[in-house]
Amino acid sequence: MSTATWSKDHALALLEPLRHEPGPVLIALQALQAEFGYVHVEAVALVATFFNVSRADVHGVLTFYHDLRTTPPLANAIHICVAEACQAVGSRDLEKALKNQYKDQVTDAYCFGNCALGPAVMVNGKLIGRATAAKIAAVIR
Amino acid sequence: MSTIKIFIPRDSAAVSVGADDVALEIARRAVAENLSVEIIRNGTRGALWLEPLVEVQVGADRIGYGPVQVADVADLFKAKFLEGGAHQLCINKVDELPWLAEQDRITFKRVGIIDPLSIVDYESNGGLVGLRRALAISEKEIIAEVTESGLRGRGGAGFPAGIKWKTVSEASSETKYICCNADEGDSGTFADRILMEGDPFTLIEGMTIAGIAVGAKEGIIYIRSEYPAAIAQLEAAIAIAQEFKLLGPNILGSGRTFNVKIRIGAGSYVCGEETAMLESIEGKRGVVRSKPPLPAISGLFGKPTVINNVLTLSSVPAVLADGAASYKSRGVGRSLGTQIFQIAGNVKRGGIVETGFGITLEKLVMDYGGGTFSGKPVKAVQIGGPLGAYFAVKNFGISMDYESLIAAGGMLGHGGLVIFDENVDLAVQAKFAMEFCAIESCGKCTPCRLGSTRGAETIQLIIDGHNPESNKKLLLDLCEVMTDGSLCAMGGLTPMPVKSAMINFPEDFDSRVEVAK
Repeated sequence: MSTATWSKDHALALLEPLRHEPGPVLIALQALQAEFGYVHVEAVALVATFFNVSRADVHGVLTFYHDLRTTPPLANAIHICVAEACQAVGSRDLEKALKNQYKDQVTDAYCFGNCALGPAVMVNGKLIGRATAAKIAAVIR
Repeated sequence: MSTIKIFIPRDSAAVSVGADDVALEIARRAVAENLSVEIIRNGTRGALWLEPLVEVQVGADRIGYGPVQVADVADLFKAKFLEGGAHQLCINKVDELPWLAEQDRITFKRVGIIDPLSIVDYESNGGLVGLRRALAISEKEIIAEVTESGLRGRGGAGFPAGIKWKTVSEASSETKYICCNADEGDSGTFADRILMEGDPFTLIEGMTIAGIAVGAKEGIIYIRSEYPAAIAQLEAAIAIAQEFKLLGPNILGSGRTFNVKIRIGAGSYVCGEETAMLESIEGKRGVVRSKPPLPAISGLFGKPTVINNVLTLSSVPAVLADGAASYKSRGVGRSLGTQIFQIAGNVKRGGIVETGFGITLEKLVMDYGGGTFSGKPVKAVQIGGPLGAYFAVKNFGISMDYESLIAAGGMLGHGGLVIFDENVDLAVQAKFAMEFCAIESCGKCTPCRLGSTRGAETIQLIIDGHNPESNKKLLLDLCEVMTDGSLCAMGGLTPMPVKSAMINFPEDFDSRVEVAK
């Protein structure tokens, strides 16, 4: 997934359609992340001013949700499910192996709703069932 | 030769094990062999161990082959599978597969059968009958029908849907909302996802009926970001529903208004708690609210709001279409109708089992599930998600209904079963329950925010053999504080997996250090 380079003008253009949305902060941050791959530090003040809410409100939302990130994305986003159903089919061992190999590109996740065909891993948006290190290696960038 | 219909699921679970590649390969070969085929990307039948399950329409029957891998496709063509030819992957008529045939599918009756985005398929398989009836009777009659059916909240709390609707209908406000909780974060549950991907119009129809009943014109589906395919499917379905006037300012020519929009979560488990979900839809941190006021009185943006789970709302069209008496003829005691069980974890035949309440745990785990995927003996089953209890084989006789599970120290939750083989260590699972709570707690109340961290530490001390007996007492004491003192189910129910593990698997809480000596 290619992402745009951060620019305030570009960001403002993305916020404009959300001007009249009720409760816009979370969807605004999601829209910015979808476009730029992350929420730039300058976005906090920008969103706060645009929607007339406090910077603390925006910062609070930004830091509450696991999905929102404040640093540019890495080459691969590997999310391994480490919730109970995938633990039952060895996701903890797979997690160790993946973290060993792909380091901080690997993030723990809790459930992709693929609990009968675990371990479940999402690699760059593609869900892999009955995941193995080899299956993941095949789709890595 | 006439066009042959082939069904290959586009469900996320099926795609996760290669359904897209199989569909492509079948299409490629059909073209190469100059065969006229139509590939329909249906939802999954729910027999997930058979995925990718390829079905071929042969006369009036659908003949199934599964699980099919790309490497099997050449062989299937050789076996003339497009005419229903014999092959080792052939399961014959899919409708006659005992695993499916013995179920009682009401909410899931169309899932896996129809093209999920075809209004024609939807209507010719019983869709819109419930909505048409709702438009023909009074609001009071709709609510009475839902109340009479015994339908209770399928998200986990089990609150009677009709009573909730009545409260909202009686609240005086220009603006009211229908919020569908599609933040299905419990591990071991996937029924919401499969329904939204496999039959999204059912959910839209259910929400519309709810809106008409209580006088709400706007519906919001709060769906987790971990479900990208379901989000895309719902977006497409909403657009089609608007085009066919199932949504909008004049539903089916009735002059009634109802619209649905989607809000996407951002990776927070606690946002499945209804008040945290409302905060999240309002664009704020997903911090739970104190109750009262109930969301039915003061919910989204302070307006009266019906909050129901995907499965609750999706059961409503069938209740209206077939009547309350038909729905409540299923089930036991005060658990009426059908439950959509989800069999997951270390299981041989996992998937969706919709059947009346009152089936035994053993039947689900052993008869449907077929035991473990690993082939080792079953040791534990966690029922109802990360906040549900761990049961042992000795508990297999439990009747799967709301009341029996509470009496056994557990809960039905969203109806998910996670099976573990003999390798599981219940002390480690208990510790994970506390750790998960620590990660996902919204932080508003102390018992949940701090208790979860202290709980994980205390369980580690027990595992390491530090004063195990006094630490077990301390842990039970902490569990009591969390249960009684937490603001919502997150902290309030985290003790359930912990205590049930201690009660049903006491041997796992004996010090491992001494064993190691």
